[in-house]
Amino acid sequence: MMIDTENLTKKFGSLTAVDDVSLHVEEGEVYGFLGPNGAGKTTTIRMLACLISKTSGKATIGSYDTGKGSDEEKIRRMIGLLPENVGLYDELSAYDNLDFYGRYYGLSLQKRKEQIEYFLKLLGLWDKRDVSAGTFSKGMKQKLAIARALIHDPQVLFLDEPTANLDPEASKTIRDFILQLKDQKKTIFLNTHMLDEAEKICDKVAILKTKLVATGSPAELRSSLTSRRIQVRLQFVDDSIVKAIDKLGYQILEKSTNSLVIAVKDPEKENPAILQEIQNAGGRLQFVAEIGSSLEDVYLKLVKES
Amino acid sequence: MNLQNSWAIAAKDFKIFRKKPNVIYATVALPVIIGVVFPVILNYSLHRAGHTLAAAEATSLMDAFSIWFLIAGAIIPTAIASYSLVGEKVQKSLEPLLATPMTDGEILLGKIISGLLVPLGAIYAGATLFMLLMDNFTHSVLGFYYYPNTYIGLILLSTPLIALLSVEVNVIISSRLNDVRSAQQLGSLIFLPLLGLFLASETGIFPFSNTNLLILAGALVVFDILLFLAARATFQREEILTAWT
Repeated sequence: MMIDTENLTKKFGSLTAVDDVSLHVEEGEVYGFLGPNGAGKTTTIRMLACLISKTSGKATIGSYDTGKGSDEEKIRRMIGLLPENVGLYDELSAYDNLDFYGRYYGLSLQKRKEQIEYFLKLLGLWDKRDVSAGTFSKGMKQKLAIARALIHDPQVLFLDEPTANLDPEASKTIRDFILQLKDQKKTIFLNTHMLDEAEKICDKVAILKTKLVATGSPAELRSSLTSRRIQVRLQFVDDSIVKAIDKLGYQILEKSTNSLVIAVKDPEKENPAILQEIQNAGGRLQFVAEIGSSLEDVYLKLVKES
Repeated sequence: MNLQNSWAIAAKDFKIFRKKPNVIYATVALPVIIGVVFPVILNYSLHRAGHTLAAAEATSLMDAFSIWFLIAGAIIPTAIASYSLVGEKVQKSLEPLLATPMTDGEILLGKIISGLLVPLGAIYAGATLFMLLMDNFTHSVLGFYYYPNTYIGLILLSTPLIALLSVEVNVIISSRLNDVRSAQQLGSLIFLPLLGLFLASETGIFPFSNTNLLILAGALVVFDILLFLAARATFQREEILTAWT
């Protein structure tokens, strides 16, 4: 287990920011941490990165304990952090921004040169290495900040909203880069409220709203937490068809002039009876398909319920 | 504590200062005024047609002018330390810095070094010019080279102590402010007690004799230690991330 927490809690005075969170992240996993603003995502990352103390509970990174003074320096050496605000030195060039961080991590001059060249080339910033970071676009700044978090080759990477406020092209570049890092077996802890992003790149996700609301793979969450739905496309929909379905005891979720979305527990078994009843009521079928639930559906349901 | 880490932080700050004209002007202006303009004024007074300045008056003026190096030691680090600390807050660059393996003490020491070295370099350069020009302008009147002497030696010994005090005050102020100019304005209030001392000296209440300068240096050491402890208590990772914003 690379990141492991048990009943992790953080209180600021009377305010509980993170409550009793237990999560387990395997080495090489991309773990998505979802939640609305103020849910405690950043506070959790800060506790795991040994930036702030926990109020109670346990958190370990690798074999090191976040609450133990002697372990904290070791944890900081094995993690990289991309905070929500990139916090680059605008006056310094891209190269210098990385070079100083390389020094902070005690890398030799030669190692720094190699790492900086590697990451700036990988992220398409090598030609801009001598340009002040302050003149960069948001996407370029984000890429540079990710390179900064990786300069010392950490095993674990904490990314706090890495694609927030980026245009679609820059977001995709960052996502693709995260997937490259996953191929390199880095463990990535991703704070995000971009649900499509989490669905695309995360092996597991957790939904946080101060407390942990749910955890699992995106597919597991979708299948366990939302009912299955079918869409029945007809030449037309009239009251007799609707009544027939009601009579069978199924819930119609959406209705239009030629389409119905019906909640069904087991479409494979139940569809024949439903379709037969529709035809008996005069319905002329065009096609039937199952509609997959998105992570967004699951998220909205859970956050609303919690 | 790894001094290389602290030095790396200071080196980064030096590189940023070089790109900020305001910081350069704030650092250089006062030492140039004291080191060049004051000697020129004295030279004008000495050689003005129809007036002669007695040797005793000249040395008294030189001693009074040299006290401004103490005042510079209080004021200049305010400009630098404000950029160094509040500047990091404004740029939101403290969080990634605090995520590195450096200890709070190493980061604080780095900030103190960057807040001290540049102003002290400028002040000592200004003091060197001051002594050279004063000696050059007054040798014909005094018949000997007045500088270097114990008096200015004691002043320049106290200057880093006052500069350190100023940086420490700025660390504490920076924990509560989010604007560089406000931090500079509030930090520069450290100038007021020194101005009081200067006036006390000029009015004879607390003359800046060699003995009194030694007493002042001793008092500054005590204040430096106390304020360092206060700054160290303020400069904690969690405090910086949760209370400094």
